[in-house]
Amino acid sequence: MPVAMPVADEAVLARRAEIVAALRRIVPGEGVIASEQAMRPYESDGFTAYRQLPMVVVLPETTEQVAAVLGYCHRQGVRVVPRGAGTSLSGGALPLGDGVLLGMAKFNRVRSIDFANRVAVVEPGVTNLGVTQAVEHAGFYYAPDPSSQIACTIGGNVAENSGGVHCLKYGVTTNNVLGCELVLMTGEIVRLGGAHLDAAGYDLLGVITGSEGLLGVVTEATVRILKKPESARAALIGFAASEDGGECVARIIGAGIIPGGMEMMDRPAIHAAEEFVHAGYPLDVEALLIVELDGPRAEVDHLLDRVQEIANTCRAVVCRASNSEEERLLFWAGRKAAFPAVGRISPDYYCMDGTIPRAKLPLVLRRMQELSAQYGLRVANVFHAGDGNLHPLILYDANKPGELDRAEAFGYDILRLCVEVGGVLTGEHGVGIEKRDLMPTMFSEADLKQQQRLKCAFDDQGLLNPGKVFPTLHRCAELGRMHVHAGRTAFPDLPRF
Amino acid sequence: MSENLKPRDHAEVEQAVTWALAGGKALEIVGHGSKRAIGRAAQWDATLDLSGLSGITLYEPAELVLSAKAGTPMAEIEAAVAADGQALAFEPMDYGALLGGLADAATIGGVLAANVSGPRRIKVGAARDHFLGVSAVSGRGELFKSGGRVVKNVTGYDLCKLLAGSWGTLAAMTEVTIKTLPIAETEETAVVLKLDDTIAVKAMTAVMGSAVDVSAAAHLPAPAAARVTELAGQGQSVTAFRLEGVAPSVAHRKALLQTLIAPFGEVAFLDEKPSRALWRSIRDVTPFAADGPAGGRLVWRISTAPSRGAEVGVALAERANAEILYDWAGGLIWAALPPSDDAGASLVRSIVSVAGGHATLVRASAATRAKIDVFTPESAALAALTKRVRESFDPHGVLNAGRMWAGV
Repeated sequence: MPVAMPVADEAVLARRAEIVAALRRIVPGEGVIASEQAMRPYESDGFTAYRQLPMVVVLPETTEQVAAVLGYCHRQGVRVVPRGAGTSLSGGALPLGDGVLLGMAKFNRVRSIDFANRVAVVEPGVTNLGVTQAVEHAGFYYAPDPSSQIACTIGGNVAENSGGVHCLKYGVTTNNVLGCELVLMTGEIVRLGGAHLDAAGYDLLGVITGSEGLLGVVTEATVRILKKPESARAALIGFAASEDGGECVARIIGAGIIPGGMEMMDRPAIHAAEEFVHAGYPLDVEALLIVELDGPRAEVDHLLDRVQEIANTCRAVVCRASNSEEERLLFWAGRKAAFPAVGRISPDYYCMDGTIPRAKLPLVLRRMQELSAQYGLRVANVFHAGDGNLHPLILYDANKPGELDRAEAFGYDILRLCVEVGGVLTGEHGVGIEKRDLMPTMFSEADLKQQQRLKCAFDDQGLLNPGKVFPTLHRCAELGRMHVHAGRTAFPDLPRF
Repeated sequence: MSENLKPRDHAEVEQAVTWALAGGKALEIVGHGSKRAIGRAAQWDATLDLSGLSGITLYEPAELVLSAKAGTPMAEIEAAVAADGQALAFEPMDYGALLGGLADAATIGGVLAANVSGPRRIKVGAARDHFLGVSAVSGRGELFKSGGRVVKNVTGYDLCKLLAGSWGTLAAMTEVTIKTLPIAETEETAVVLKLDDTIAVKAMTAVMGSAVDVSAAAHLPAPAAARVTELAGQGQSVTAFRLEGVAPSVAHRKALLQTLIAPFGEVAFLDEKPSRALWRSIRDVTPFAADGPAGGRLVWRISTAPSRGAEVGVALAERANAEILYDWAGGLIWAALPPSDDAGASLVRSIVSVAGGHATLVRASAATRAKIDVFTPESAALAALTKRVRESFDPHGVLNAGRMWAGV
């Protein structure tokens, strides 16, 4: 079932030429793109099942231009969709046919680096890896490392609250951002946080992070940088049953060990990865765990021994510790290539992103196999085991009639299962349009309305990235209405003193 | 005559708020009241006492997660997780000593509403970073939830972050879910004596920028240090660094730390027991305890860029006769000022504005807190946004109205 996007406003479309001209006055030169051919690259993001040409693309270069564009659109009632590098896997940057696509790619400078306070101030179009590259000469790095880190940008990372494989120990974006400059839909510019550690007043930065471009446009971010750990070693551990792998993860954490990374793959993912990169993975196991420890060498060696002891008590059939940097990278090579590896064994795959309580892993894997049989589609699993974030890859062929629909239905069932066992719809890819219509499986109407009221505080006309995250659009006036029933005020049972 | 409403469950919290809405009344939210003396002094018509919502509802050590009703005492939660070798890593401070209230009176809801953390904040983050899920009743009298019980979750807006540090002005929390973490196996603290504030902050900056990976760094000028049992008798300032972890790691980093700070002065070590006691004192700011020698002073809590800490602290000492305690490697400054008409507000805020950050007046009489901005005033655009955010949860100003700023 395709996700329905907001109906285009014909009155806005009728004024397209006038709007384009006004935007050109704000962003001169090549910063406004209006030809169909030149707008084509912007028609979708990493969630390629959906495509839509925007009304116009604007690529501002300064905060003042962003403010002027948003202020103009606010006054004119024109919708705006912000976009970073367009790597979203949930359609967060899908354009609107009557909307301005606000591309932030030209904000690509590192503004300052403050090693004394361990922060970097960067523009939102700087890539995730670009932050690390700017500070690594001094032995520092930026911790969140989504797999798209070569391409994805900090602005998008803030919008999506991006994670990566090291979040259990180092946190996700929200734990690593200290400040931002934010332009509101009205064109007002506000600064939140800075090099100091905690917020003055409401933690608005905390709610901007992960808001999927619905609350404001970030034009600068202050991020934490960390000293690179002295060393890292990994263990490659295979299990004959996924239950044993799940138990091993629980026992490692139960023993007080927080690994830098802890990744699990199931049999189909192991086979696909091994055939692709020949990492030396065992092929006769049901679950393969990569546990990476980082820190001082003495600590890493000590904890790795303990991890191996735990693995043995959990009936590991293979357990190897890396003894060189090459070997550690080889252990990771298969995991890091898991998506393209699966891409080799199937014409298409659909990557899901639910989070579950870790203990539910064996149950969820079993139920997923049943669903796989039911839908007649294969599934391979990679799993951020440390934090319970699952990435099932559903294999399908878009050229076979009905397979895409079946893959989507299968995916939706997996996400419902995640919620049913106490987990959530999305761990790091965002709701976007992809999971928008599943929001009611996790949230009540009251929950969603409260979130939308918060949006109204930032965007009173619902112009910023509408159609994403929330399944139903409400007018702010309607959300603000209150019905106080005098009859409900009696509450005779409530103790009073 | 003020009423005290004491709901027993979330449905009764909804009823209480609905009652207040219908009668146009404002409610003061309290747990055990341990932080009641913080914030702008405002008038409320009735008290919404959440201490009846008490009890741990879920604790799964292997999942590093705990849920509890908002009024659950911190002491109960800390004891429960300690039994499994875990703790709340953000090390929430106990305001009892500083405010002259009872020790161990905090509840989890209050800790989160005030985003309270402690010395380990520089390594693991604040309360907001460990706050995974919430159920709360808005000022519209409606129960809503946000977040979940897993650490990796981007489903919908992260309202937990927004509620953390909102001082009850957005919603009355009824149940919360937080992250628990293992307690470090060993702990040791290195101390360096006689550093002046500027050099001490330089030493802390050097350590924070190294691979020593300390879990706390603080500097106590001589008057503050003299009031900490573990440091008493030195007659000198004390700069302290805490190492935590498995024994081989602590041993390795201890050697690194020693090399790094030796140029600053002579280094001594405190083992686990005195180390724990020292950091508890720093966490709870006992050198400025209400019943101690600085008890008559006003206390400001200042958050600034850590490397600029000494600049702020020294200026406050010289120009406002303040006693200072530095935590968070210089990023958190506790300043105890002699009482004055404006509580030193304009001076404190002008000094802080140069270095960046903000200042909150945490200990002052109600009369002072009624006339001085307790929280740093915001720019016009930000203040307007703050007000709209508040109104999106509580359009009629039922919950803790005016606790942060007039109208918020």
